[in-house]
Amino acid sequence: MLGALTVLLVFQLAGEAISHGFGLPVPGPVIGFALLLVALILRRGVPEELRTTATGMLQHFSLMFVPAGVGVMVHLSRLKDEWLPITVALVLGTLLTIACTALVMNWLMHRFSREKEEA
Amino acid sequence: MTPKLTDIWVYLSTTPLLGLTVALLVYQGAFWIYKRANFNPLLNPVPISVAVLVVLLTVTHTPYQTYFDGAQFVHFLLGPATVALAVPLYPLLGKLRRAVIPVIGALLVGGVVAVGSAVGIAWLLGASDTTMLSIAPKSVTAPIAMGISEKIGGLPSLTAVLVMVTGVVGVISAKYVLNFLKITDHAVRGFSIGVAAHGMGIARAFQVSEEAGAFAGVAMALTALASSILFPLLLWMFTR
Repeated sequence: MLGALTVLLVFQLAGEAISHGFGLPVPGPVIGFALLLVALILRRGVPEELRTTATGMLQHFSLMFVPAGVGVMVHLSRLKDEWLPITVALVLGTLLTIACTALVMNWLMHRFSREKEEA
Repeated sequence: MTPKLTDIWVYLSTTPLLGLTVALLVYQGAFWIYKRANFNPLLNPVPISVAVLVVLLTVTHTPYQTYFDGAQFVHFLLGPATVALAVPLYPLLGKLRRAVIPVIGALLVGGVVAVGSAVGIAWLLGASDTTMLSIAPKSVTAPIAMGISEKIGGLPSLTAVLVMVTGVVGVISAKYVLNFLKITDHAVRGFSIGVAAHGMGIARAFQVSEEAGAFAGVAMALTALASSILFPLLLWMFTR
């Protein structure tokens, strides 16, 4: 587990270094994610230890959002003043986003696989 | 006896240990309920934990910063966990390669709908400029959304909260929206949750299946990538 955690941190660190070094707008962890993916492709497989640690960590991914979420208490007065536009925009906007993304992807998936079968 | 207890409280309330322990205990309690309810999305542990913690902090007059000093250790794990998303994605690369066109098409449409609908609705209902600018990147993962918000003139910390609420709305509603639309493919279900609800969507998708989780991870990474390039570009075009 320690080895796997070190691997993850090394990739994150490399990502942060690239992000800051080149002044990129993409955050370090996202670059680290891409780098790790490339490393796994080159290595042609995931080491068992890394698989176990990553799976365990991702099972509790939602816990990691709690601290930032509690920050809601700092903005309570603005949220109280503008609760209607904020609530409607977030709820309706999110429902629309999920629906449109799913419908477009589903449609393209079907189209794409049909074309493939014909070819 | 009483003064001693107060001393203990005064000491503990200033160390990160208390904030961290309470955060973990509250989350585990909320997760236990969620599990007993068969992972019913309405009982997602994140909003429940946040609500309980806000009440606890308010009642004990603890400033958010004091709490965050402890909870930052959990917050820190977001970084390595984001990197770890590459692991479940690796075995699905073949499927992803076959779905390149659907993925890019869905990403572009989803991204435009996410920004356009949120800003449009907020504008129609008379939100302030600051709120509109803070709400624009709401579907992007928090660290990037905060950076974008700062660049376009929003309030980064408000954006963090709006991102979080978006995540909660997404994880609660996704199942019902997708079932209503009769979407059965786990790749599509995961991807659309990831585009709309970033990392929180991933967390939820992983509880459904590895495939849904991995595609949600791809969606979050691509949304992050695309928006960190497109937002500054749009801003540059509009401020010319």
